[in-house]
Parts: sequence; structure tokens; C-alpha cells
Amino acid sequence: MDYSQFLLMKQEVALLVVFLLVFLYDTFAPKKALNALSGITCVLFGIYTVACFCPCVTGASENVFNGMYETSPIIAMIKNVLNVGVLIVLIQSVNWANSDATAVRRGEFYELLLVTLFGMYLMISARHFLLFIIGLESASLPLAAMVAFDKNRYESHEASIKYILTAVFSSAIFLMGLSFVYGLTGSLYFSEIGAAIAAASSPMLICALAFVIAGVGFKLSLVPFHLWTADVYQGAPTPVTSYLSVISKGSAAFAFLVILVQCFSAVYAAAWEWMLYALIILTITIGNLFAIRQRNMKRFLAFSSVSQAGYIMLGIIAMNAMGLAAMVYYILVYVFSNLAAFGVIQAIENHTGKVDMDDYRGLSKTNPKLSFAMMLAMFSLAGIPPFAGFFSKFFIFTSAINQGSIAIYVLVLIALINTIISLYYYLLVVKAMYISDETPVIEKFKSSFTDRLGLTVTVAGIILLGIVSVVYNHILTLASHSSLF
Amino acid sequence: MLFSNILIYFVLIPMLMLGGVALCRNIKQIRAVAVIGSTALIALSAYLIAEFLKAPVEDAVDGMYYYQSWHWFTAQNLNINLTVGVDGVSIAMLLLSSIILFTGSFASWTIAQPKAFFLWLILLSTGVFGFFISLDLFTMFMFYEVALIPMYLLIGVWGSGNKNYSAMKLTLMLMGGSAFLMLGLIGIYYHSSVDGHHTWNLLEIARNNAISTEWQYFLFPMTFVGFGVLGAMFPFHTWSPDGHASAPTAVSMLHAGVLMKLGGYGCFRVAMYLMPQAANDLAWIFLILTGISVVYGAFSACVQTDLKYINAYSSVSHCGLVLFAILMINTTAMTGAIMQMLSHGLMTALFFALIGMIYGRTHTRDITKMGGLMKIMPYLAVCYVIAGMASLGLPGLSGFVAEMTIFVGSFEQGMTDFLAGAGSLRLVFTVIACCSIVITAVYILRVVGKLLFGPVQDKHHLELTDATWWERLSTATLIVCVAAIGCFPNFFENLIRGTFDPELFRAIAMNLNF
Repeated sequence: MDYSQFLLMKQEVALLVVFLLVFLYDTFAPKKALNALSGITCVLFGIYTVACFCPCVTGASENVFNGMYETSPIIAMIKNVLNVGVLIVLIQSVNWANSDATAVRRGEFYELLLVTLFGMYLMISARHFLLFIIGLESASLPLAAMVAFDKNRYESHEASIKYILTAVFSSAIFLMGLSFVYGLTGSLYFSEIGAAIAAASSPMLICALAFVIAGVGFKLSLVPFHLWTADVYQGAPTPVTSYLSVISKGSAAFAFLVILVQCFSAVYAAAWEWMLYALIILTITIGNLFAIRQRNMKRFLAFSSVSQAGYIMLGIIAMNAMGLAAMVYYILVYVFSNLAAFGVIQAIENHTGKVDMDDYRGLSKTNPKLSFAMMLAMFSLAGIPPFAGFFSKFFIFTSAINQGSIAIYVLVLIALINTIISLYYYLLVVKAMYISDETPVIEKFKSSFTDRLGLTVTVAGIILLGIVSVVYNHILTLASHSSLF
Repeated sequence: MLFSNILIYFVLIPMLMLGGVALCRNIKQIRAVAVIGSTALIALSAYLIAEFLKAPVEDAVDGMYYYQSWHWFTAQNLNINLTVGVDGVSIAMLLLSSIILFTGSFASWTIAQPKAFFLWLILLSTGVFGFFISLDLFTMFMFYEVALIPMYLLIGVWGSGNKNYSAMKLTLMLMGGSAFLMLGLIGIYYHSSVDGHHTWNLLEIARNNAISTEWQYFLFPMTFVGFGVLGAMFPFHTWSPDGHASAPTAVSMLHAGVLMKLGGYGCFRVAMYLMPQAANDLAWIFLILTGISVVYGAFSACVQTDLKYINAYSSVSHCGLVLFAILMINTTAMTGAIMQMLSHGLMTALFFALIGMIYGRTHTRDITKMGGLMKIMPYLAVCYVIAGMASLGLPGLSGFVAEMTIFVGSFEQGMTDFLAGAGSLRLVFTVIACCSIVITAVYILRVVGKLLFGPVQDKHHLELTDATWWERLSTATLIVCVAAIGCFPNFFENLIRGTFDPELFRAIAMNLNF
């Protein structure tokens, strides 16, 4: 066996090293030194994140293990995007992890988190369904334990049960679809499945495709597979919620694109374009309409993230390199915007335990900086220039319209009208913070260093990622050199 | 080099002002920054006009002076550039914007929470200036939206009356318009390409003139309605009365004076300029809608009792006239439209400034509860009469010049159509729109009579004072400008006439018979 192949898996191997170091430290360090665990994890992961930005593969995509695993610059890029997100989540979670209730178990939190990230890497890079399933499972099962991490809170338990049941159920559906695919094509390699489907299509394929889309749809919480989202987001500890909403969603979206494009591109127009078309309209619209009525900030962001997933899907329906780039960029911007919002929620929750929108009334008078960060996050999520969200929305719409048919124009128009609905409820938060005349509920407080660091990074990202065009230009160049299309 | 182009300073100065205001410690420093910055902007526009009038024609790229383009998002045929360039119309708009910003700063001399207020106000004007210098659809749209969103907080926090409702309604309706606009612009991007080379550059798209007629029929309404919402086109005007009534003084001034012009300017620069065929064929739909705006706005103003509502409906009527004139596709009428933009911008800003000052003293805007202000605050009252006279088209003030040009041009075009057997729609609607002059006189004279000359309604009003120096400065500046346009219309007509040069308007000229 040629061990040099592992060099191409640089990111996975390095992540494993980080994991092992954290694990060993957690296991063997003396009790007193354990307080440094959070800091050590953040620093280690930070070093790893920065190191990963050094190009690991040059040029086109490369295969490992007879094509089971693939890496290419754009794949490295999406992993880097996830890394940045995870780093911010780690920084933001320090306060919570060191709180009395979780301090004894914080090591497990970091280890579980790194394992799920490893699973997501495999989902993204897998070109064989066996490897993909391994990634999928290791990305979702430990998450259930993380959701239940506040073990003394009833909601956390409920959320965990809901999450594990839907995760297992969706995996079962996915496997069902996969068995159909295997039966039809006789292979589990993406490329061979693609070739077989291109050679001979079968009505059964529609069924298989529906199961596969439903299976991944659960992970992405696309409507109508979104029912678990709000409860899980509300019940889970907030760092886990933010991890679920950005990292888990981002990796699943990319994997979804790879599966659809590599295995099923032959039946794009015949089958999945229309399935996705309907799913996008449902997801965006229903996510938005339900978000309007939410008063709990975490539930509110849950429905907002449902509708954001719909926008991410627009990059898939485009079926071209521009769509891929727009999707990766959208995920990147979404990571920063959503984590800024969650950062504020966490800071307030840690200090006051309040998570209702009504508690945010008059926040700008007592905590102007937190309100400012929250407002930027809301503007970015709503797609208001000059913040990054505007650029990501613009590019994803532009790439979708590249398909050119009038039906896509209608789809984009629906999505655009939905941005107005979403603007309405994002502005409700701004209104509560800035316009409401009532006496502020939340007292003035000084947030901790890590909270401020996390918010500074995310706010800087929101402001700079759009205007500094290098980011998108780079992603677009990488995407257009990818071998996916 | 970025800073060698004069136009970039129109965005740079507001940005510096933003930084300056952010560093300020007290209201005096903030006032200083606002006044110095806006004075610099006026000086810059004046310098630009002087340079522009001297500049030889060879300097222009397709009629656009100081044309320059910097790469922005350029990977893979995306071709988003920061392209700037101005012609007479944009320069006129830049001048208008800087004057309104200048006077607006004085009008909000004693505002509460000045720092945040000026930050948002200047951010708004950054968007406005950026919009007027952009020649790239992407940056144009971006600046357009930058100008819209601060309105929400400006009205929501500093507004009065039913401010929550108005702020939300205004923001959502304008953003709704921009949703259609975004779709239209992306459509233009994809359907204007030649040999697979896409571009967002306005001039290139016009030069290629490659949008097929069918797509023009689809994209023209998108863009025209998108901008038309901001231009308060019937039936999308309902944000305007509520929004203007609730907004604080300077915001009403800037919004009615400048932002609504973004709508007219965009309709003309993007929708009509890039899709002349559809503009010609579909003009009748929008002529009917804007014709309704003109008359309906004027009638609505007649029955309102709130001063701001009266003026907001009058803005609907006057801005409707801008779109109406643009749709005539006639050089005289279009020149009139630009004159009307300038004239309405200054005059409505004057109105809102005065209303704000009166409201600040009497704490009511209901005309049934006020009267005899001419005795109490003669300076403000006289200014109000002047603004009213400009609005109803008294010769010597700006309104007369603009409306006269518009109606002459419209009638000319109407007759041409009629004689050519192309229907009498333009003619009929010109006659209908002309009626608005009479209705305007009705509501202006009603207010002037009731508010300024009637008996004093409230004894407490007798103790009120007249204008302070900053209020005098603000209103006097606007009155001088209004009178300047009225007395020297030739200067402004020469400034903007170049835009309607047949060579520049070749896209339209090729398809249509003037």
C-alpha cells in the first residue's frame, strides 16, 4: 500500500492529531491543569485552521483509495470554511464550557465536536457510499450526545431524543434509497453510479432519488423534513445550537451537491431539478412564515436557518461552477452572520439567562455594542448591503438564473419576495433593540473576553467578506477548476 | 489610481464624515463635521460643474465624463466593476444631494442622540452619492439599497406619530421594489451579452443593445416598477405619505428631496436607456399609472389636514410628473423631467424643513388647530409662501420652469403621436396631467390661507418665536436655489441637455422616431 496517499488526506489526519492531543490532555492532565483545556483546544484548533489555509493540493482533484476519497482545492476550501466556523463556535463556547455545570464534562464536548467535524469531512470527500455513510453517522450520532449535554435540563433531553430519532430515521430512509440505487446500478462508487444512470434510466430511480433527497433533507432541515429543527435548536445548549445551525448544515449542503451532481446529473432535468424546485419554494416560504411568530430567539433563528437552507439550495439547482462557488461563499457568510447572532444570544444567556425577543427591548441603551453586533448579523442575514449577506444572496441568485429558463426566474422571484418577509422579522429584532421605548429588561453588563473576541471576529467578517472581493474571486476560481461539472 | 478620479470623492467624503462623527464626543463637534463635510460636497459639486462645462467632448466615453472603471469581482466572467462616470443629469443630482444634505444638517441642529442620527443620515447619503456616480448595475443597486435601509432606523427611532408602522411599511415596500429590481438587473446581465461576454456596465449594455424584444417586455416592467416604487408611482405610493409624515425633518427632506429622485433617475438611466424598445411599446401602461399618480396625489393633498401628509401627497403628484415626463420619450419633456427633479427636490426639502420648524414650535401639524402664523413667525411664514408659490408654478421660481417644459414637451409628443396615427393616449393624459396645476393651486392656497393668514387658533401660539439663525440659513439656502433655477433655467438646461444628445441616446434613437 502506498502510504503517501495519506498526504492527500492532510486535513483529516491533522484533525485527528488535534483530536488526539485534546483527548490525551483531557485524560492525563492533572486536575488543576484541566482548566486550561478550553484555551488549549481553541489555540490548537486555531493553529490547525490557519495551517489548513496553506494549499494542500495544487491543481485538479485527486483520488485516494481507488477513488473512495477525493480532494480538490474547492473541497479543501469548504473544509476551511467549516474550520473557521468551528473555531468561532469553540471560542464562543468557552464561557459555557467552563461554567460549573459543564466544567466536569467539557473534555467530552470538545472531543465529540471534533469527531463530528471529522465525520463531516468524510461526507464531503467521500466518493463511495460506504465511506459516506460512515461520515454521515459519525457526524450525526455524537451530535445527539452534544444536544443532551445540559443533562439537568429537561428540554435538553427532549431535544436529544427528537434529534436522535429523526437522525436515525433519516439515515434509514437514506439507506433505503441507497439500496435501490445499488440495485439499479450495481455499484456504490459515485462515478460508476453516475455512468450507469446516464446509460440507462429507470422509473425506480425516481423513487430512489426521492429517498436520498429526503434522507439528506432531514440533515439540512428542508421543509417538509424540518419538524425537528425548532425543538432541537431551542432545547440544545446554545453552543451546540450554533454548531448545528451552521457547520452541520454547511457540510450537508456541500455533500448533497456532490451526490446530486456526481450520481444523478443525468436525470437533472428529468427528475431532481423539479423536486428541488418545489423543496426550495416550500423551505424558504414556510421557514419564513413560521419565523415571524417566534418569540424565543433560538426558535426564531431555527426557522430563519430553515429558510436560509432554502437559499443555499439555489446554488445546487444552478448545477454549474458558479452555483458551487456561490454556495460555498453563501455558507461562509452564513457562518459569520449566524454565529454573530448566536454569539450575542450566548453572551446574554450566560449573563442573564434570558432568550426571549421581548427581553431584548431597549438593549441598545444598556448594551450598545452587543445590540450593534446583533443588528449587523440581522442585516447580513437579511441581505442588506454593504454587509456580506447582500453579496452572498446576490451571487446565489445570479448563479441560479444562469439556468435561464423562465421557471427559474419565477423561483428566484419567489425567493426574492421571501427576502422581504425575512427582512420583516429580522427588523423585529432590530426594532426591539433600538426602537422600543420600554424600559430595558437586561441590565448593563460586561461580556467576557472570549465573547468579545468571537463577536469581533464575526462582525469583522460580516463587514469585510463582501467588500473585499478577493474572497469570492478566489472561491469562484477554485470552483471553476473543480472536476464536478 | 483610485484617488485620481474626482468622482470617487463623492463617496469618500461621506465615508470620512462617518468616521469623523464616530469619533466625535459632543454635539458641537458632530455639527462641525456635518457642516464641513456637506460644505465640502457642495464645493466639490460646484467645482465639478465648472470643470464639466469646460470639458471638451472628446473626454467623454459615451457621453460620460470622468469615466473610470476598477475591477472588483472579476473572476470567471462575472465582470463586476466599480465604474464611475457622470453626465449633466448625474451632476445636477449630485449638486441637489449635497445641497439637501447641507440644509438637512442645519435642520437637525438640535436633534436627540445626534451621533447615531448623523451616522445613519450620512450612511444614507453615501448610498445616494454612490448611486449617482455609478455606471455599473451591481454597484448602482448596492448603493441604492445602502440608501434605503437607514430609513428604517431614522424613522423608527427619531420619528413621530405612528412611526413603527410607517417605518416598517416604508422599508418593506421599498425593499419589495428592489426585489423586482434585482431580478430585472440580473436578467439584463444575462440577456445583454454578446458572444458570451456578460457585463454589468451600463454603457456597454447600451452599446451592445442586445436584449431581445421579448426579454425587454419581461425585464422592463421589472426594473421600471422596481425604481418606480421609490418614485412613488401609483399604486405603489402608499409608503410615501406615512413614511414622510412620521420621519424627522432632515430625513423627510433627504427622502423626498433626494431619495425619491433615485427612482426617477433609475427609471430613466436603467429601464428606459437599456430597453428602449419595451420603453416605447409599454410606455402606455406606465403613462396611465403615473398619470393617475399626478392627479390622484394632488386630489389627496386637498383633503388632508396634516401638513406633512399634504406635502407628502403633493410629492406623489410631483414625482409622478417626473416619471410621466420621462415616459414621453421626448427631449423637451425629458429635460423638463430632470428640471422637475431638481425643482421638486429643493422645494419639497424647503417645505419639510419649514413644517419641521413649525411643528417644533406649535407641536401640532394639524392645520385646523393653527392659524395666523404670519403675525407670529413672519420669517417662516414668508418662506412657506415662497415654497408654496414654487410648488404651484409661479414664474420666476423653479416649479414654473420645470412644469412648463414638461407640459410643452408632452403636448408636442402627444400631437406628434396623434398626427402619426399612433393613438391619442399621450395627448389625453397630458391634458389630464395639466389639471394637476390647478389642483395644486387649490391645496397650496388653502394651506397658506388657513395656516398663515387665518385667525390665531391657539393663544399659546402667540408666545412662539421666529426662526433661529441655523433655521434661517437652511431655508434661505434652499430659497436661493429655487429662485436660481427659476431665474436662470438656461444654465441648468444647458447642463443637462447634453444627456439627451441624439448620439448618446442612440439606443433609443435607433428604435424610435422622435
